[in-house]
Amino acid sequence: MPIHDQGYRHYTGERTLHGRGWWVIARAGLMDRLRERRFLGLLLFAWSLFVVRAVQLYIGETIAGAAFFTPTERTFQLFLDQQRLFVFFITIYAGAGLIASDRQSHALQIYLSKPITRNDYIGGKLLTLAIFLVAVTWVPAMLLLVLQVLFSGSLAFVADHPRLVFAITLASALQVALAVLTMVALSSLSRSRRFASMLYAGVVFLAAAIARALQASTGHPGWVLLSPENTLLVVNDAIFGGVSDSTVPLAIAIGALVALCAGCIVILERRVRAVDVVA
Amino acid sequence: MTPPDPSAPAVVLEHVTVRYGRHEALRDVSAALPSGAIGLLGPNGAGKSTLIKALLGLLPPASGRMRVLGHDVAESPLAVRARVGYMPESDAHIPGMTAVSFVSYCGELAGLPRANAMQRAHEVLSYVGLGEARYRNIETYSTGMKQRIKLAQALVHDPDLLFLDEPTNGMDPKGRDDMLALVRDIATTKAITLILSSHLLPDVEYACDHVVVLHKGAVATQGPISALKGTSGRVFEVRVKGDESGFADALRAEGLECHADDVGAMRVFVPEERGSQLLFQLALRHGVQVRHLRASVPSLEDVFARALGEP
Repeated sequence: MPIHDQGYRHYTGERTLHGRGWWVIARAGLMDRLRERRFLGLLLFAWSLFVVRAVQLYIGETIAGAAFFTPTERTFQLFLDQQRLFVFFITIYAGAGLIASDRQSHALQIYLSKPITRNDYIGGKLLTLAIFLVAVTWVPAMLLLVLQVLFSGSLAFVADHPRLVFAITLASALQVALAVLTMVALSSLSRSRRFASMLYAGVVFLAAAIARALQASTGHPGWVLLSPENTLLVVNDAIFGGVSDSTVPLAIAIGALVALCAGCIVILERRVRAVDVVA
Repeated sequence: MTPPDPSAPAVVLEHVTVRYGRHEALRDVSAALPSGAIGLLGPNGAGKSTLIKALLGLLPPASGRMRVLGHDVAESPLAVRARVGYMPESDAHIPGMTAVSFVSYCGELAGLPRANAMQRAHEVLSYVGLGEARYRNIETYSTGMKQRIKLAQALVHDPDLLFLDEPTNGMDPKGRDDMLALVRDIATTKAITLILSSHLLPDVEYACDHVVVLHKGAVATQGPISALKGTSGRVFEVRVKGDESGFADALRAEGLECHADDVGAMRVFVPEERGSQLLFQLALRHGVQVRHLRASVPSLEDVFARALGEP
């Protein structure tokens, strides 16, 4: 008997219905990253600000005269703003290769020859990155709120700021959605994760620098819309009820972010195909 | 899952046209492919890979209908892909994975529960001859091993129909023979219908019993290989010294089928009732010397040349 006769038997076991491909992809993406010590280190480091803020909350509640550390809604907004740096690094690390690597190794045709849709594939990739980003934005911010309640021993802070939970959730969701959609769309544009990283860095830093330069030279506040990050800050100010430095109307800022997200979806729709058609 | 009806055609194509922009990659293709091992033959650019991708639902046809294992491809592509395995032509893998995790992952994507997918991955890797190398990263694999891993991922969910796109590409002779033996075993012992796309006639002749020849996006000929080869008449390999093309024209004028190859030999089909004597007579009449004459048997190459209308 040839040796290749030894391994193959017809499969008679269970087959699940279609529709869970996105979760299979997301889980594989998560496990793949979590096996890397460097990435685990980055994730842990991304919680360093949480520790600092937690200590501040503790001091504010336990030491008389430390009113400076007493939290407000602004405390949580600032925390999420400061987390942007970690969001950037995690997005680059875990997101740049999500589709670019698959394109480089022609894996798309493997994925799409299975009973999964393009939406399953894209959804799985988006979810992979989104879970990591939620773990360094929404989760620590909400934990800070929980710590504040524990340190103070009452729900008074939450009662006094009834929209804070909603504000943290919405601001985190926007931050994560923007980063995830932008990164995954840029990843689909290239076969190189390095190039995709550079594109994302350009969108984050170069766009901000250009927006700032144009604002300074022309005096027109509308240039802020060139930078997705700065536009997000305008929206966050509104979410947390703060006064924005920018005079750009909120509706226009939201419109700019929606347009960016729509653009990313269009890119993904066009680029994620099993067959590259060059007409 | 209901077992496939072996008497029903595995694939039915009705006037299928696929376009890349203005270029028609498939033109009004109609065919009914039975169960078994089917060879998809054609020169490069004939539309073989396009046909497979269309059957997988990855390329929507501009017109026409396709049914795979009873499912309409346009209406239920996921149901088709759940029962089909696809081994792509180009090197394709998911980066950073070992062979066993890659194949298991593909099983999960195909709808197998995680534990079952892992068990199947081990079995299938052993079957394709990668049992010893299953814990190695795929990126360290040789070309032949990469071909085998592509076959393994196509088999992991035990498909009813397998699309193999140039499965022996880049393989050394030994690896090629092993791969063809596997392909033949899959079709015969394991009773999985397969469509083997190749431009290598010996591969198809070895592994398949039915063939579809594509040429410039259209079906040039199709049918069982034995029927297409024909059993009546004899084939002679002939080399002559003198006006070869004039002699070939003379053979054709006499009603004989004649194909010239690249190295100056001709394959001439002579009806049963007319022997090799006829060739000598014609050679004499046209003033050419017969330097070589050998009785041969009809081959797939003859079918191919006839289908493509090669001189």
